Amino acid sequence: MLRVARLVAAKDLRVELRSRVVTNQVLPFAAIVMVMFAFALNSDAVVSRVAPGLVWLATLFSLLILVQRSFAIESADGATDALRAAGVDPAGIYLGKAIALAVELAALELVLLISAVVLYSTELRVGGVVLLVTTFVAATCGLALVGTLYGGLASGVRGRETLLPLLLLPVVAPVLIGATRATESALGTGGATVADGWPWVGLLAVFVALFGVGGTLAFGPLIEE
Amino acid sequence: MPSPDTEIATTPSQSRASTGTPFTRALGLATVIAMAILGLFGLILSPADVQQGDSVRILYIHVGTVWIAYVAFGVTALSSGAYLWKRTTSLTWDRFAGASAGIGVLFMALTLLAGSLWGRLSWGKFWVWDARVTSTAFMFITYVGYLAVRGLGGSHQQRARRSAVVALLAVLEIPLVHFSVKLWRGLHQDSSVADRTHVNLHGLMLFSLFVSLVAFSLLYAWLLIHRQRVLAMQDALDDTGLDYALQLRRDEGDQ
Repeated sequence: MLRVARLVAAKDLRVELRSRVVTNQVLPFAAIVMVMFAFALNSDAVVSRVAPGLVWLATLFSLLILVQRSFAIESADGATDALRAAGVDPAGIYLGKAIALAVELAALELVLLISAVVLYSTELRVGGVVLLVTTFVAATCGLALVGTLYGGLASGVRGRETLLPLLLLPVVAPVLIGATRATESALGTGGATVADGWPWVGLLAVFVALFGVGGTLAFGPLIEE
Repeated sequence: MPSPDTEIATTPSQSRASTGTPFTRALGLATVIAMAILGLFGLILSPADVQQGDSVRILYIHVGTVWIAYVAFGVTALSSGAYLWKRTTSLTWDRFAGASAGIGVLFMALTLLAGSLWGRLSWGKFWVWDARVTSTAFMFITYVGYLAVRGLGGSHQQRARRSAVVALLAVLEIPLVHFSVKLWRGLHQDSSVADRTHVNLHGLMLFSLFVSLVAFSLLYAWLLIHRQRVLAMQDALDDTGLDYALQLRRDEGDQ
């Protein structure tokens, strides 16, 4: 299963590296969303107060695009059917696609965090680095696992572009809440302390564990049609 | 001429023109009577609340609808589990899940509507960011999504498997959303629905509430049975439609 996961992840990342859709389209999209937030809020003080939330909101919007993209490359040539016909373990496919998505998301979040520092004058503090990194790792894993699960469900059917946000956004609400609060603590936004952030990382960890197990079990029945 | 073996198969359930049976008619009658009794107790016999006045009567609708919505989503989860359990692949379970989710969404919408109107009257706001209120709204959206998944198309078994998985994932999601919203609320604001909706229940009010639960439960059972039968008829219609189309093609070939 892990070997399959590694192969699928390497394949997905290779496709992205060569097609450059993520770097040339999704990253600029995420950056423009950050600029648009500043236009909408129109106040330096407000923007810097809500910066952690905006970073995660922009991540969620980009997640929708990345998930669509991740399954568009599969369904275009019936690749999922081919993998299934070849008897490849669905759990391996699931984990592999989730790993590739997590790597893409991590790159995206890094860009968003840098744009928050540049555009919203967010300041990173040394004491919060461990919390910040842990939060980003946990939230990225959670988003990648859930995104891959619902992406697999909505792949290969008509109307998936509109259905995916409806299914995915309510599910990732806990990640938005948890990751935003933990990031605020790590950055010290609004006077939050680092210690306040760890319970939220706990929430993210529970989310990752539940959907990691649930997704691995559910992905097989979902794509096996 | 169609040969006998390609003739469209019709079973008694497929050719029936109505979803009513003597049992459901009796159940329907009982529902109407229970609703009339609820109207009598809720609007006339039970007293107005000391603090909230007549607006407390919304309670008799609100509690009934939210009760049905929770029961309905519970039935959806159980039926979905039953469908997936050791590959029973009985579409009846799937139809019960779908029928129940549809009713649940309807009653959840009524709950949110009645709740926000009541909130406006008792707290002056349509919406409060309370954990229960917020996770109820998430539940509503989740099952709207579930119904959309049911409408994706494909074979009946495809639809059943896909929607059963989504229904079980919703069971995973709802408590997590509730818990995280509660944690989020806890840090920001102390107010909650519970302590602002303090209603001293008079004996007759409690009885009216009980009547409400009975009346709405009967309504749910009646709706569920009919909806399940309608879904069975729809599936049968789809199947016959396919057989019919195949038949037409065969006839073309024969000519």
